[in-house]
Amino acid sequence: MTFYRSHVLVCVDPECLAKGALGIVDALQDEFVVQGLINEIQVLETSRIGKCSDGPEIMVYPEGIHYHGMSVDDIPYLVEEHFLKGRVVERFHEVTVPVVDEELGPLRPKEVRIVLRNCGQIDPNNIEDYLAVDGYQALGKALLEMTPEQVIEEVTNSGLRGRGGAGFPAGKKWALTRQVQDSPKYMVCNADEGDPGAFMNRRVLEGDPHSVIEGMIIGAYATGANYGYVYCRAEYPVAVETLNIAIAQAREFGFLGENIFGTDFSFDMEVRVGAGAFVCGEETALMASIMGQRGEPRPRPPFPSVKGVWNKPSNNNNVETYSNIPQIITKGATWYASRGTERSKGTKTFAVGGNVVKPGLIEVPMGITLREIIFDVAGGIKDGRKFKAVQTGGPMGGCLVEKHLDLALDYEALTQAGSMMGSGGLVVMDETSCMVDIARFFMDFTQAESCGKCTPCRVGTRRILELLQKICDGLGEKGDIERLEELCVEISRNSLCGLGQGAPNPVVSTLKHFREEYEAHIYEKRCPAKVCKSLIRFEIQAPTCTGCTVCTRNCPVNAISGERRQLHHIDAKTCIRCGICVQVCNFNAIDVFS
Amino acid sequence: MPAIKSLEELKRVREEALQKKKVKAAAGNVQVIVAMGTCGIAAGARDTMKSVLNFIETNNLSDVSVTQTGCIGLCEQEPILQVVVGEGPKVVYGKVTVEVAEQIMKQHVQNGTPLKDHVLPI
Repeated sequence: MTFYRSHVLVCVDPECLAKGALGIVDALQDEFVVQGLINEIQVLETSRIGKCSDGPEIMVYPEGIHYHGMSVDDIPYLVEEHFLKGRVVERFHEVTVPVVDEELGPLRPKEVRIVLRNCGQIDPNNIEDYLAVDGYQALGKALLEMTPEQVIEEVTNSGLRGRGGAGFPAGKKWALTRQVQDSPKYMVCNADEGDPGAFMNRRVLEGDPHSVIEGMIIGAYATGANYGYVYCRAEYPVAVETLNIAIAQAREFGFLGENIFGTDFSFDMEVRVGAGAFVCGEETALMASIMGQRGEPRPRPPFPSVKGVWNKPSNNNNVETYSNIPQIITKGATWYASRGTERSKGTKTFAVGGNVVKPGLIEVPMGITLREIIFDVAGGIKDGRKFKAVQTGGPMGGCLVEKHLDLALDYEALTQAGSMMGSGGLVVMDETSCMVDIARFFMDFTQAESCGKCTPCRVGTRRILELLQKICDGLGEKGDIERLEELCVEISRNSLCGLGQGAPNPVVSTLKHFREEYEAHIYEKRCPAKVCKSLIRFEIQAPTCTGCTVCTRNCPVNAISGERRQLHHIDAKTCIRCGICVQVCNFNAIDVFS
Repeated sequence: MPAIKSLEELKRVREEALQKKKVKAAAGNVQVIVAMGTCGIAAGARDTMKSVLNFIETNNLSDVSVTQTGCIGLCEQEPILQVVVGEGPKVVYGKVTVEVAEQIMKQHVQNGTPLKDHVLPI
């Protein structure tokens, strides 16, 4: 066994390879031969050392010196300096400095945190943490220094609108509930967050439950309610547990219960756990479910503010709406209204997902553009690909394209553009997404979640799904697009609740902006984004395939054959188009055709 | 805790809560905060938490308080662990597996040197 005095590790991750890592390996070895060091120093290939974006990268042991960004021509100099003379070459030396964050403030550029101000900062299970950051100050102020009318006026002036997606002014809703002469009245918090890929409310409930509770108590004082329900889905066990702990602690401190702050106002609340039906996010279905009935919507009017839970006046707001309230009361309506656009004030949380560099939860001021959200806050499109579309408003929303990117975001602007604000899901798609497939995905969701009470939604969504499936399978025929269009119109016109009325939106908007993709599927039997499995085939390319056998070994159905160092071949009949071979191939030798 | 009946009482409770934190920080206490939102738990925060608690127990560490918090919006980086030594700045670590958590406890909490590899550049 040979002993080496030093080891040089070269990163051969795809990005470094693309930047010529293999050339560096050869150059190092050649130079070590020239300098007579080849028996003392070993060159090894390894995976990721640093960021790769500064590649090629090498690591020299035992010193642990990290070099990056050199070219083949620099190698003789590097070898001479480092390995002969023992001097570190500062020019390529990468010094990793620990990045220490002073204040955990906005994590990304352009974020403004009002709703999420405490999330990840405080211990949600300890009310003292919330009190230390001015918790329940707003409640004290409202109860002891303001009349219910003043509270409503403050909320109205702030311009806060329903964050569940419809955007009904919160102050106006409170005033409506207050006007009704009936008792008791109820406060309801809609925490039935069901959009695929949306988890803004969950985060608030898990990270800062007291802000929601405080908002609800203030709302109860303003509307004259004495009992509250948080309707949360069973899929959020952590949120339910955190909420229950928080409610118990609030009771212990006297923020819930009889005679809060020594006034004659009393309020208590509980969590109602739903089974996770999407339709229960619709307010009438939600209230039915709270009462133990089937979660099905009913026609409005009467609106919940007149007849809601237990047929009594009920005020229903979303988690995010409530958690805005304490800040509005403490800092004032003017402060809140200073952010946003003419018609939409304050901030909005979004769950950004899909093909972006930094997915996650963000809170941005209203009036920001989609371009800023996608490219500044979320870091742009992954792997340098091209932006194609963004789905806003969840499965009831629509997709927006390049020309919409500079819209100043507010409720009206999104509706005008053919989508909606929704609760805040944002799914970003790049050129590798097939829009027919996306529409099929959302329709699969709404079809499964349709409660079945009214025919247009129950039968119509299924018919649309069948047509889309047919098109994706390459069996689309002339007239299918027209049938889709007709169905979309009828379903949105005739459905009972928002779920059915909004269900065709993804199809309508993709048809509007990407009709040619539908046509390619139907008339040319081609999937332009190369996604739909029935319409694509994989082929190994002769000049690039090295016959390394990686694809053969990884193919789950043994569809790839070929001798070592010979061109490999994929049997189209056996191939299930899973794409694993493309992922594992180190030489990008497998192309997808459609 | 008797019910709070006035703004003065509320203010006093707030001051007390702040004071408690300050005293701990001034005494050089180390706070280890594990993000335990659903995203964290899904990424393995429970195991991370266990590993932190185990380390404290086996090494008989005192003056280390372990708390939890919610999601900070970088779910992709979960499990996230934050370390505050005394009155020093907050250091945020991402993708803290059981092994990384042990390393952090050893290097940062016990010896005071942040583990540079896993610090989130935020």
